[in-house]
Amino acid sequence: MANVTLDFEKPIVELERKIEEMKSFEDNLDIQYEINKLEEKVIQLKRNVYKNLTRWQRVQLARHAERPYTLDYIYSMCDDFIELHGDRLYKDDKAMVGGFAKLDDMKVMIIGQQKGRDTKSNLYRNFGMANPEGYRKALRLMKMAEKFNVPVITMLDTPGAYPGIEAEENGQAEAIARNLLEMSRLKVPIVVCVIGEGASGGALGIGLGDRILMLENTWYSVISPESCSSILWRSWEYKEQAAEALRLTAEDLLEQGIIDRIIPEPLGGAHKDHQYMADTLKTALKEEILELQKVKPDKLVANRINKFGNMGVFEE
Amino acid sequence: MGWFKREKQNISPDSQKLDIPDGQWEKCAGCDEIIHKKQLEINAWVCYKCDHHFRVGSEEYISLLFDKNSFKELDKKMKSGDPLEFSDTKKYKDRINSTIKKTGLYDAVRTGTGKINGKKAVLGCMDFKFIGGSMGSVVGEKLARAIDKAYDTKSPMIIISQSGGARMMEGALSLMQLAKTSARLSKLADAKIPYISILTDPTTGGTTASYAMLGDINIAEPKALIGFAGPRVIKQTIGKDLPKGFQRSEFLQEHGFVDFICHRKELKNRLDLVLGYLSN
Ligand SMILES: [Zn+2]
Repeated sequence: MANVTLDFEKPIVELERKIEEMKSFEDNLDIQYEINKLEEKVIQLKRNVYKNLTRWQRVQLARHAERPYTLDYIYSMCDDFIELHGDRLYKDDKAMVGGFAKLDDMKVMIIGQQKGRDTKSNLYRNFGMANPEGYRKALRLMKMAEKFNVPVITMLDTPGAYPGIEAEENGQAEAIARNLLEMSRLKVPIVVCVIGEGASGGALGIGLGDRILMLENTWYSVISPESCSSILWRSWEYKEQAAEALRLTAEDLLEQGIIDRIIPEPLGGAHKDHQYMADTLKTALKEEILELQKVKPDKLVANRINKFGNMGVFEE
Repeated sequence: MGWFKREKQNISPDSQKLDIPDGQWEKCAGCDEIIHKKQLEINAWVCYKCDHHFRVGSEEYISLLFDKNSFKELDKKMKSGDPLEFSDTKKYKDRINSTIKKTGLYDAVRTGTGKINGKKAVLGCMDFKFIGGSMGSVVGEKLARAIDKAYDTKSPMIIISQSGGARMMEGALSLMQLAKTSARLSKLADAKIPYISILTDPTTGGTTASYAMLGDINIAEPKALIGFAGPRVIKQTIGKDLPKGFQRSEFLQEHGFVDFICHRKELKNRLDLVLGYLSN
């Protein structure tokens, strides 16, 4: 995998490269002292950069090509994963994956959009853009989880539901709408986590749950900053402004009362330490599910419907 | 000014009227016929020559479907709270206020209770002319309360959609209105209370991906644009021209997503008939 460096990461990468270079002279004591100083400086620099990220920079981190994707999390967090394919109606959508797995001894149904890492796998995964059969596969798995009393985890990471001719013919809108209705009354706990991009209805189509989490460097909104820019500013050039205006970061959504919890990422982003990120997420998911399993199914559903009922700001 | 008057007199009286519409004339987008508003109203705002359904709003649908003076509006003055203090080329607050002034509406949906041929029903009807019929917090909340009203009074729920989708200026909160309204409809479904969705031109984006597709019965007006992604976005993505009739009502019926297409003049009677089958 090629290293990918975002613009705002460049000073850090540059400094780290300098340190590596100096290390080849490390038998010299004077140099060792300089290396120590630089290493402290790089930590300071990282703290500063990642503390003061703009919203657009967070969007870039959320899309970072080295970030862990759904299957990476599943393989790092879970044992005994059995991937289940197909919607039993039409076909198997490679942009939506799911199956039974165990978080230690806790049985779960885990479902998420799946991106690819290179051109070939991205074509195979359709860039994480699901078709109706993907949403219907997700629903099939959730209904099965309900039948066998297994809690559901969904992982959101998509640039959107696929806008194609077949997708429309097969009812992209209906598939998402049906998921929203059915997820609202599913009688097992549902924990949702945005692990990368939460773009609009395509993300929400598996995003209605009892607890909504976001990783620190992810975004979730009604539209991508680029599309928002093209519609409201009539140009693709205002994506930074659009990202600011949309207020789409984890912190923003916590403030808006939409999500319940932010999962901290390692310094520099989830891609800097996949295993650490997976362990942190696993702990959080288990905590949430254990809490939710204490609630009776009817109460769980009523609470879930009310939770979304409370979202919105208006005057009267 | 003498020459000007003379020249004007050379135009036939008929076309003179047509070239200078006094606000009483509309041009049909289907056949270019110029039609007087009164004539349109009598014909349910449908072109008497080519059957083109003119885009009309909540006022017209209420008068078409509900028994005279039976409609009682709910939450009439609920207004957007501008939660993000959103601003693009214009402040969202200013956009809202100027749209209220221009349209006399407070947001993109009106809700209320009334009677259809004596049968009680709860209605939510969208207005495209209010920021493209976009769904933000107000649309979500008003529909949710209307659905609660249907639930509490055991009355059938009817939603007439006409919308470009979720409203960008309220960010993720707009997106959550899809979840909010769909979740409310699941309560209605569990209580076996009928929900009828009427899709008119256009119904796209988040509106289609929530309540508009969730009717026990989905009814579409002829030739309405109905879809998830907008045709322009799809064309850009696939780099090909779209097939003729793509995402129109007839296409949706063919692919299994609307129960039937109904001429606007028939809508009230068909609705009455359907409600009869769904009530117990
Ligand atoms: Zn006509």
